Amino acid sequence: MNQPGKLSRSGLGSLVLIAAVLAGGAAAFAYTAGWLSPGRLTPERMIEALTPPSGAPLGHRRNHAKGICFTGVFEANGTGVELSRAKVFAQGRYPAVGRFNLGTADPNAVDATVRVRGMGLLISMADGEEWRTAMISPPIFPVSTPQAFHDLLHVSGSKDPEAMKAFARANPEFAAFAAWAKSAPWTASYAEESYNSLDSFFFTDANGGDHAVRWSLLPSAQPIPISQADLEERGPDFLEQEIGERVRVAGPQTWTMVITVADPGDPTADPSKAWPKGRRTVEVGTLVVRRIEPERDGSCRDINFDPTVLPPGIRVSDDPFPAARSSVYRKSYDLRAAEAKDYPRTEAAKP
Amino acid sequence: MSNAPHRFALLQRLLHWLMAACIFAMLFIGVGMVSTVMPKYLPLILIHKTLGVALLALVSIRVALRLYYGAPPLPADLPMVVKLGAKLSHQMLYALMVVMPLLGLGMLWAAAYPVVLYGGLQIPALLPQSDGLHTLLWNAHVYLGFAFFALALLHLAAGLFHALIRRDGVFETIAPLPLRDKTTSAQ
Repeated sequence: MNQPGKLSRSGLGSLVLIAAVLAGGAAAFAYTAGWLSPGRLTPERMIEALTPPSGAPLGHRRNHAKGICFTGVFEANGTGVELSRAKVFAQGRYPAVGRFNLGTADPNAVDATVRVRGMGLLISMADGEEWRTAMISPPIFPVSTPQAFHDLLHVSGSKDPEAMKAFARANPEFAAFAAWAKSAPWTASYAEESYNSLDSFFFTDANGGDHAVRWSLLPSAQPIPISQADLEERGPDFLEQEIGERVRVAGPQTWTMVITVADPGDPTADPSKAWPKGRRTVEVGTLVVRRIEPERDGSCRDINFDPTVLPPGIRVSDDPFPAARSSVYRKSYDLRAAEAKDYPRTEAAKP
Repeated sequence: MSNAPHRFALLQRLLHWLMAACIFAMLFIGVGMVSTVMPKYLPLILIHKTLGVALLALVSIRVALRLYYGAPPLPADLPMVVKLGAKLSHQMLYALMVVMPLLGLGMLWAAAYPVVLYGGLQIPALLPQSDGLHTLLWNAHVYLGFAFFALALLHLAAGLFHALIRRDGVFETIAPLPLRDKTTSAQ
């Protein structure tokens, strides 16, 4: 045994080795955590890009911050089983919780200032299985990659008029979305909107066959166009008042769930590219919205509509967005859960 | 001479090295996955959850073995302070091995996420959704994770110190292979 207290030459070498192992381990950890890579697109940086100049919407989702809850049921007609073995497509009724929302980081935004509307939806199946999806009203996504979405958020907040032009040049796919935003009619109701997954997923049928799909919820209510100015006149929170009133007076509102099946070669990795017209579509059921609840105490408040929470029979494709959304939504949930006191529930609803 | 074993039982040594590799992997995957929005986020988080539950099962076996077999004594000439430090750090490592997976599961339950492991195995929720509980468990999981990494590095350094500098037979008690130099610990 070595004499304690005396260090030989080889002992010194060993000490250096131990120090190197420690330093190397710590450096590798720091690198993995992204602390040495300020350019890495982290969920924190995405949320920073979403945050409006007025500050973060404490207690609220970091995007699609304005919204209202609903509960209802998804009535599957059984035709979906040819595409996916997910239990939700077997003929039957499945409880649904959801959220109508506006694509803004400001929970107090004026309805008529927000172009993109959305629906978060959670359908529950037996054995605790869940299908969560968050869909939006445009027929295509503005950009092809999460990095481009981050860049879009930055130029949208920029005061430099050249910034947006430069962005559009660098991301030519943005033109199609810009054209939609400019020309698509506005409506005065969440009930008159279509909601589209845009992202592509794979359905797996009972025989193990894979089908690349996108899905949409098409409204039964007839869309009635309204000018942006007329919508603004109806008030800053008209959409929430209207959907509450509509369900109360006219009864449940319904949407048909339509699955669009890709042909071989259709792009699945890019939600900014629509699939050509004429693709096979399958109507798999009806979403029935029965009850509207204010978000503050509503059943959707505590749900992260993470689009990667999928039942067996549905899985993500090579589309990069669901993973990015999952990562950022998780961070958004962690933040707003920690800030719950900034968006207090009403006394009556406290557990 | 006492009857105390000169080294840990074979099963203990195997579990130690298997879990050591998995725990370092877990710590790296953990900090890596929360700092990315790339598609690898999804497989990483799936591995993290699956391996975490597996480690929870392994640590319960390990604690049982430790209670049954005990541990070889530390060298008599080791200073008392160092012995105390060794004892405390090992207790903390055991505590973290047990607590980290529980905190991970708890924070997912408190956020109302279904916990689905590799192969589709679903762990039923044992906690209701709660903002406050989620925040508490999430913070504990993160900060104890950093503490775990620091302690694991310290443990590695101490092991190397025993193996390369003190050469007092302590490293050999947990070495996966039979002793190279039997005279070292027999003296």
